[in-house]
Amino acid sequence: MTPPDGNGGEGLVGKRVTRPNVRRLIHGRGRYTDDISVPQMLHIAFVRSTYGHAKVKSIETSAAETAPGVVRVITGAQVAEICKPMLAIAQHRPGHKSAPQYALAVDHVCYQGEPVVAVVASSRAEAEDAADLVTVDYEELPVVMDIMEALDPVSTPIHPELGDNQCFEHTTKTGDAASALSAAKLTVEHKFEFGRHTAVTLEGRAILAHWDHVEERLTVHHSHQSPYQMQDVFSRHLDIPEHKVRVITPDIGGGFGLKINVHGEELAVAAIAKLIGKPVKFTADRLESFVADCQTRDHLCTAEMGIDENGKITSMNFENALSVGAYTAYIRFGLAEGMMAISCAAAPYALTDYHARTRVAYVNKGIVGMFRGVGVPIGCTVTEVLVDQAAAKAGIDPVEFRRTNYHKDEDYPLVSVGGYSAKSMSLHKCLDACVNIMDYEALRADQVARRERNIWRGIGVATFVEAAAFGPVYYGPSGARVSTQDGCTVKLEPSGVVRVMTSVTDQGQGTLTGIAQIVGDQLGVDIEDIDVLAGDSATTPYGGGAWASRGMAMGGEAALHAGKALKENILDLASSILQTSSSALTLEGGEIRDAVSGEARMDLAELAKVGYFRQDTLPAGTQPELMVTRHHVPDTPYYIANGVQGAQVEVDIDTGFIKLLGWWVADDCGRVVNPLMVDEQIRGGVIQGIGNTLYEHSQYDETGQLLNATLADYLLPMSGEMPDIKIAHVETPLTNTELGANGIGESGTIGAIAVLWCAVNDALRPLGAQVTKQPFTPEHILEVISAAKEKYETT
Amino acid sequence: MNIMSEETVKISLTVNGEPITSTVPVRRHLVDFLRLNLDLTGSHLACEHGVCGACTVRVDGAAVRGCLMLAVQADGANVETIEGLSDSGEVADLQAEFEVRNAAQCGYCTPGMIITSAELVAAGGLPNRETIRDHLSGNLCRCTGYQSIIDAVEETMNKRAGT
Repeated sequence: MTPPDGNGGEGLVGKRVTRPNVRRLIHGRGRYTDDISVPQMLHIAFVRSTYGHAKVKSIETSAAETAPGVVRVITGAQVAEICKPMLAIAQHRPGHKSAPQYALAVDHVCYQGEPVVAVVASSRAEAEDAADLVTVDYEELPVVMDIMEALDPVSTPIHPELGDNQCFEHTTKTGDAASALSAAKLTVEHKFEFGRHTAVTLEGRAILAHWDHVEERLTVHHSHQSPYQMQDVFSRHLDIPEHKVRVITPDIGGGFGLKINVHGEELAVAAIAKLIGKPVKFTADRLESFVADCQTRDHLCTAEMGIDENGKITSMNFENALSVGAYTAYIRFGLAEGMMAISCAAAPYALTDYHARTRVAYVNKGIVGMFRGVGVPIGCTVTEVLVDQAAAKAGIDPVEFRRTNYHKDEDYPLVSVGGYSAKSMSLHKCLDACVNIMDYEALRADQVARRERNIWRGIGVATFVEAAAFGPVYYGPSGARVSTQDGCTVKLEPSGVVRVMTSVTDQGQGTLTGIAQIVGDQLGVDIEDIDVLAGDSATTPYGGGAWASRGMAMGGEAALHAGKALKENILDLASSILQTSSSALTLEGGEIRDAVSGEARMDLAELAKVGYFRQDTLPAGTQPELMVTRHHVPDTPYYIANGVQGAQVEVDIDTGFIKLLGWWVADDCGRVVNPLMVDEQIRGGVIQGIGNTLYEHSQYDETGQLLNATLADYLLPMSGEMPDIKIAHVETPLTNTELGANGIGESGTIGAIAVLWCAVNDALRPLGAQVTKQPFTPEHILEVISAAKEKYETT
Repeated sequence: MNIMSEETVKISLTVNGEPITSTVPVRRHLVDFLRLNLDLTGSHLACEHGVCGACTVRVDGAAVRGCLMLAVQADGANVETIEGLSDSGEVADLQAEFEVRNAAQCGYCTPGMIITSAELVAAGGLPNRETIRDHLSGNLCRCTGYQSIIDAVEETMNKRAGT
């Protein structure tokens, strides 16, 4: 395949180009939403539900209204007068039930932290002071906190109009798993609990909204991954024509999927701006982030795998249940956690019989929204843990066992038993690359030697898939107004430099740098001569923003075609100026050259000067077109990226502590546009996966109170405990697009969770113990060891 | 319920080399003072209870959590923020190593990381990676996975030591 840079591989694509836009962040000159102040700006603090479930009987605001600095106190009912509630119904998922969610609760609160009243004041401190003076009279209602209890039809429904607490149920079947499992030579079975956690973006959610009542325009600065989505949401819910809504997303202090969700209080801020006609700002503090940010995971799973006499996996049964909190997240549906889990499970393996069911429950906890990986870590982990257990039971090395059970390279294209269609996957290459960089045999030898000294080391090797760049085939029928296409505009400026406007957004991934590299190669222009703008719904092409690891796969492809089209226009104009045919010219190194001799004929500045200022010198009728827009729509539901991770851990069986000794990743994200950015996406993703698996847990008590809503109580990975990560790239360019880039944003997290389960279980296997609950607290490790000991002693 | 007092106090201090006199609410912490009174928005707030390190600033030569110190406590002090340290060139080499490794993604933790790292770098010597990791273990980064940050600090110290 021809390298997509059009310069024989000598261009910017594939190079470790540093980010032009990172320098201001390193120098303390970032501009995040909370850094922006405008004249007459007011601040909002929210009064939030103190109960997990309650009726709002009355609200007393008079004391707050007269407090110092207070401008207005606004209730949910007042917001509801001008703001339609959110109703997330997945039209492509029959049976999905959903209740309306008001921007601020009106008469019914369904989770602790749900916003109820907004206090608008001259400063945030004064707004917070006055919020304490608002009295909400609640009538406490019984809570439903447990997933299985919620799925029991006799549980009291949180939303009476829905009849029960089951949000959704879906079964996937391929072949006949029950028969295959009963005919299997060996079967393994395991239970899994994936604790609920949250995203913890370092910058809290933030929004500054301004309603210009003269022109009837809403301008919003928003710490969000998609300005287009929010333009659509504000327009529809506040009844403002879409061209009068402008959403700007400045620097974003971490997204990770959290900031693609629509949060009630953000919609309320825009509504309040419209109500009072002055700019209003809200920045979530850490406590608010813990109680009111969308959360993630919260799955219970049981799964079984069958193996034949040749050590081949034949079948799998996967029962999944999860809670999505009190509402279906707007606009993308928390039930995706379960659907993604059951559809990605077993994707790397050539089994024939599969049965999976997901059931989704409403409970009185925070809403489950999008977060890095969306359900895929669950499906991958369940599969990989069973694969390891099956290999152990069959007495086959787990790496060898994977090799014999993966789809064969010649079997593509294929559809996995869970329904993943893959044009190709590089499973064997990634497995070889991973065991090679980790020196697998040496680690096994070390493991055996140390066990004799009562040191319990575990080695994990786990396969992951990532469904990236979701296309219209998936989201179109859902009815959700989610843009699955992305666009790019490339403009030649009069001095010969280039401005690019893209619909993909960058929260630090390096996406905009990748876009510049791609455009630079098409035009033969250096990175210093390109500036990329993004994150403004009024001025950039329409698109999706940042979600489902689409930056390069979709935005990159659009940029490539926009760059290519501009190049054609440039050569057309050059041919008019130079009175030759455009095919006799090339564009390299910022110069128009003779295609045959390579002789420089004119540079881009000279061309642009004629195009913009000296059209009088051109043949009559020449219309220079030095700005071009192209869009890209993917032709499949998603692209499948894949890879293998390896981990070495040491488990202290006396304290239950886990030490991370080594970490390796072999990743295939298709064309690697920028290896530096790809590596850092992988590393950051892995560390988040480690955090999810070892530390992070949003713990609610039985009354619906979140117990650990501070960074002192909610544990996160810090530098002291984290490993260095070694990375190998397997590069199989996608054949769906000219660029060939696939997704990378979620792979690290997905694979890390799976491999950590595998590694810890590998350490504990000789003791007869296996972990069942994430996060792996020291208590849990000791608990499974002691349960195994008891079982051993009683048998 | 009591309304918190908006009692104010006049303070004089040096910020990034400039003498500043200001009247501040006594309850305002140092980073809110820097951000709200002086428009120095490079210091960030992420937890406001001293855990994450995003608000790290330098006060009288020491890296401190700006959210755990009241503005009034900085009366008479010499305060340096990421803006001042950047403009003076004191941490230019460290910043260049961050840039070349993409040791900042969203950049929200980065000013705190730079100031905390600068403390170790200024102490000199050639600490091993574990020591660097320990030194930075009070600064939360949610994006990078830390490795590139550790690499950047290590390389800066190597270069300063001439190795």
